[in-house]
Amino acid sequence: MQLTRRDTLIMGAGVAAVTLLPLPSLAGAWEDAIAAFTEGGEIMDGGIELTAPEIAENGNTVPISVSAPGAVAIAVFAEGNPNPDVVEFQFGPLAGAQSGSTRCRLAGTQNLHAYAKMPDGSIGHTVVSVKVTIGGCGG
Amino acid sequence: MAEDSKPRVRVPRSATAGEAFEVKTLISHKMESGQRKDADGNNIPRSIINHFSCDFNGENVMQVTLHGAISTNPYFQFEAVIQESGTFTFTWNDDNGSVYTDSKDITVG
Repeated sequence: MQLTRRDTLIMGAGVAAVTLLPLPSLAGAWEDAIAAFTEGGEIMDGGIELTAPEIAENGNTVPISVSAPGAVAIAVFAEGNPNPDVVEFQFGPLAGAQSGSTRCRLAGTQNLHAYAKMPDGSIGHTVVSVKVTIGGCGG
Repeated sequence: MAEDSKPRVRVPRSATAGEAFEVKTLISHKMESGQRKDADGNNIPRSIINHFSCDFNGENVMQVTLHGAISTNPYFQFEAVIQESGTFTFTWNDDNGSVYTDSKDITVG
């Protein structure tokens, strides 16, 4: 089949529609996920530390650790993942420190956000950027 | 996947009362994120461990809510502080309803 000028234009429009469409829906999921954790608390920068590698060779296992002295809960969100939720730690009375480490999947190079919920309802926030060489979402 | 999921936990045998120490847990689980597709292009349904909890003598140390973005064989490292000898219990909840548990004794002395 010969590709005409008209076909090319239609294809181009289709690609544009596909790339533009998911953006609003993703932003919605992102805000909802964070709102579900912060519950309207005042967000301030600092009070929490997020440690992640600057460059992760394999997006399937990216080691992360969070620490927020005094926090009741810590949640981590990935900006560029299909589902922004990563993990949420809730600390009980026997927690020796408000910290935790785990390994997560990242779809690609992106920012990781960590939010710490303090006993008074205020929220600490930090962001770390991670470069991912091979994405971790099977794509 | 109950037969495949084997929890492994590392807790010191003894501890000093009131002093924090490290706890490490790992459980084998494929943590299917729900984002992947099979050879025919169909979505592979999500199948993950969605909750983890660590308790000591019935009191909570910490709980974790897991999402699809947690890697295969979920691993956690955290700190605990205790005042008396007793038993740690670790609980993992699977999407399919299975519950995996492990326990470790510790002496304060």
